[in-house]
Amino acid sequence: MHGTGIQSFGAYLPRLRLERAAIVEAMGWAAGLRAGKQQGARSYCAWDEDALTMAVEAARDCLTGHDRSGVASLVFASTTHPFADRCNAGVVAEALDLAQRLRTSDGAGHQRAGVSALLDALRNARIDGQPTLVVAAERRVARAGSEQEARFGHGATAVLVGGGPELAAEYVAEASLRADFVDHFRSADAEYDYAYEERWIRDEGYLALMPRAIQAALGSIDARDVKYLLVQGPQRFASAVAKAVGIRAESVPPDLHAECGDLGVAHPLLLLGAALEKAQGGDLIVLAGFGQGCDVVVLRATGRAPSAGHGASGSLAAGVPNREYARFLANCGLVDVDWGIRAERDNRTAQPAAWRHHRDVTAFFGGQCRACGTVQFPLARACVNPGCRAFDTQDPVQLAEKLGRVKTYTEDWLAVTRSPPHVYGNVELEGGGNVFIEFTDVRPGEVSVGQPVRFVFRVKDFDGVRGFRRYFWKATPVRN
Amino acid sequence: MASGIRDKVAIVGMGCSRFGERWDCSADDLMVEAFTEAVADAGIERDRIEAAWLGVFYQDQSVSRSGLPLSFALRLPNVPVTRVENLCATGTEALRGAVYAVAAGAVDIALAFGVEKLKDTGFAGLPERTKGTFEDLWQPGFTPPGAFAQLGAAYAARHGHPMADVKRAMAHVSWKSHENAVSSPKAHLRNRITIEQALAAPMVAYPLGLFDCCGVSDGAACAIVTTPAIAASLGKRDMVTVKALALAPSNGVEMGHSSWDGSHTLTSRLAAERAFREAGITKPTEQVNLMEVHDCFSITELVLMEDLGFSQPGRAVHDVLDGRYDRTGAVPCQTDGGLKCFGHPVGASGLRMAYEIYTQLLGRAGERQLASPSIGLTHNLGGIPNRNVASVSVLGLHRG
Repeated sequence: MHGTGIQSFGAYLPRLRLERAAIVEAMGWAAGLRAGKQQGARSYCAWDEDALTMAVEAARDCLTGHDRSGVASLVFASTTHPFADRCNAGVVAEALDLAQRLRTSDGAGHQRAGVSALLDALRNARIDGQPTLVVAAERRVARAGSEQEARFGHGATAVLVGGGPELAAEYVAEASLRADFVDHFRSADAEYDYAYEERWIRDEGYLALMPRAIQAALGSIDARDVKYLLVQGPQRFASAVAKAVGIRAESVPPDLHAECGDLGVAHPLLLLGAALEKAQGGDLIVLAGFGQGCDVVVLRATGRAPSAGHGASGSLAAGVPNREYARFLANCGLVDVDWGIRAERDNRTAQPAAWRHHRDVTAFFGGQCRACGTVQFPLARACVNPGCRAFDTQDPVQLAEKLGRVKTYTEDWLAVTRSPPHVYGNVELEGGGNVFIEFTDVRPGEVSVGQPVRFVFRVKDFDGVRGFRRYFWKATPVRN
Repeated sequence: MASGIRDKVAIVGMGCSRFGERWDCSADDLMVEAFTEAVADAGIERDRIEAAWLGVFYQDQSVSRSGLPLSFALRLPNVPVTRVENLCATGTEALRGAVYAVAAGAVDIALAFGVEKLKDTGFAGLPERTKGTFEDLWQPGFTPPGAFAQLGAAYAARHGHPMADVKRAMAHVSWKSHENAVSSPKAHLRNRITIEQALAAPMVAYPLGLFDCCGVSDGAACAIVTTPAIAASLGKRDMVTVKALALAPSNGVEMGHSSWDGSHTLTSRLAAERAFREAGITKPTEQVNLMEVHDCFSITELVLMEDLGFSQPGRAVHDVLDGRYDRTGAVPCQTDGGLKCFGHPVGASGLRMAYEIYTQLLGRAGERQLASPSIGLTHNLGGIPNRNVASVSVLGLHRG
């Protein structure tokens, strides 16, 4: 009998990392930020990224080498879902082309939602052994010059929970504790968090609540045997909690503030992924989520690698530090940039057409002709191969995971984009097929004919009139 | 076996408005301006026109839908007016409708019209529009320069040309058209430019700089067509006849199939083959005396020299730089300044090109007149390299 636990871990952090020194430079005059206290960089979304697109990328990373069809349930935890009433997890599932029988749900409403979803997934796995994909993503926006602006980061994590012989970590124990302790809040119609004094949060929140939950979870386990204490929140809080519980100080790993900032709901799982990459077989891990109470999960590492993809370390390393504070503000929607009259184009979505083509567009499927083998996008009634042109011979084929090569491209300074120039072109797919597609995460001069590209899930267009956004895939250079 | 249309239809009158930023003119004004010239040229009464074809692309921007705008503007006597649209081949499509009607014997005299009022948007460049309910979900939010710029990188890569050489040839293409436009009174842009100016211009869509892009203008052009016999009865001696009108639309290959390398326009090759076959042209480089091709962007004209068979594959860069397509070259191209200097009021362009060929063949081109040309070609490429409609027409002179 195998245990249940974590089969795989994945992460995604946007390439863009704003050096905190740039925030001090721009906003220090107003906010009294001190350069010495603002080290490192924070991750932030490109204009075409949101919690949902990052969730898809983290999930792809997590599912590298795993059978997607076996996933039975998907939970998407975030406090910044792009849709308040539309199943965000459903879009993630569609983009990943997961099974139709999949259970989907969004976990929302508090910072603990990522750990809570993991705890529930572990419970479900113990009941029926079926795998659950837990994804957590966050794109919180804070006021210019605020403490949160410097502290927050944008990013996503994903954990595949289930049973079987190849777990990276096994479930040991859990505990929960409820407490309507309001360290910060964001009301339903607010754009920003409203936060309270840190010393009070530490003393009455973390130190009064979390040790009780951790001790309940550990039960008879000796706290000194814990190798990793992963606590949602600043490292100094984690250290204080460790001391209170009797966990060794060296068991509290760095909080990744310098590398990416606080990813909110996604952050505890990022700490978990980073810990699993280092953990030896048998190491005890305590993961503690915080937000109007605590959820605590105790796991035992098996020593197996948690990720066949980029994982935590790969995603942390893939950042490009920059000091473009104005771009950061624009991407966060905090400055009203003039994109010109051309940007007034109505991006209304014809939902009946979008539904007819949902697999083509959201999951990026094309067609493959049974008569001649030609792969094509989009799938059509008649084959595009001039030597074939047969009717109704195409089977759906997933293109999202294929690589391609740049056949043609341009850097268009006239076209509307929130990151000029608009780069797009024709990409030749591996194994044949041509797709005319936008590029993303490229700066002028970065694209060339023949360059290898892969595809990423992004916001295609915003419909500002109706508050809708639509998604499609874009090409981006294959980077090591 | 179809007998085709070669020499079955004559153009007896043409008109072309001045092209440009005609802020003070409506589409109606432009239509009347072109039509007044055409009926005077043809020497007929307006009421002898039995049917008309109206080409408009940006319908809601320019006029409105249907054939009514032409019927209203010219107060035609309730004769049939058919509105056509086939991307940038729209003007040529209108001509095709009128020519086919005469060739079929359905009517004796027909009118082909193209008009576009682009400058009422209030912003530079072409109007924004939806691509279709499904296409909007996935196609890049491209602009025309960006879509055609694709040819540049692919062409350079395909033939191993350094981009600097391709850019210089592109600059020559635009320089040549501006030189020609100086003596082209109806052109929008009639200033000279230098190669250096073109090369140093701000980038619009790599590798296309500002001077690699055609203007955005208002304009109208039209043709009155009939049978050669009726033309003769109207007193026409030297007569311009239609030798071929060929059309080739994409069928998806460029958008979805690996066989297209992105460095050329597939449909132009097909349309040219068909047109030359119908016109009986076996050696285009020797038989065609001038051409007006779809130079929406300099790179388009450059690759078209190969697609239409006037340059060998990969050689257009050298031929252009050698002056082969200058006014003094072997096959003068855009003797009136082309789209580059006329701008591209979409519905009118195909007929504006035919107007220049017609004018040159009849020896009426004034300062820019070529020495006794007898065969001229027009070409349009509607859409973008990934999905387009190409048209090639061949007009010839019959001396009376």
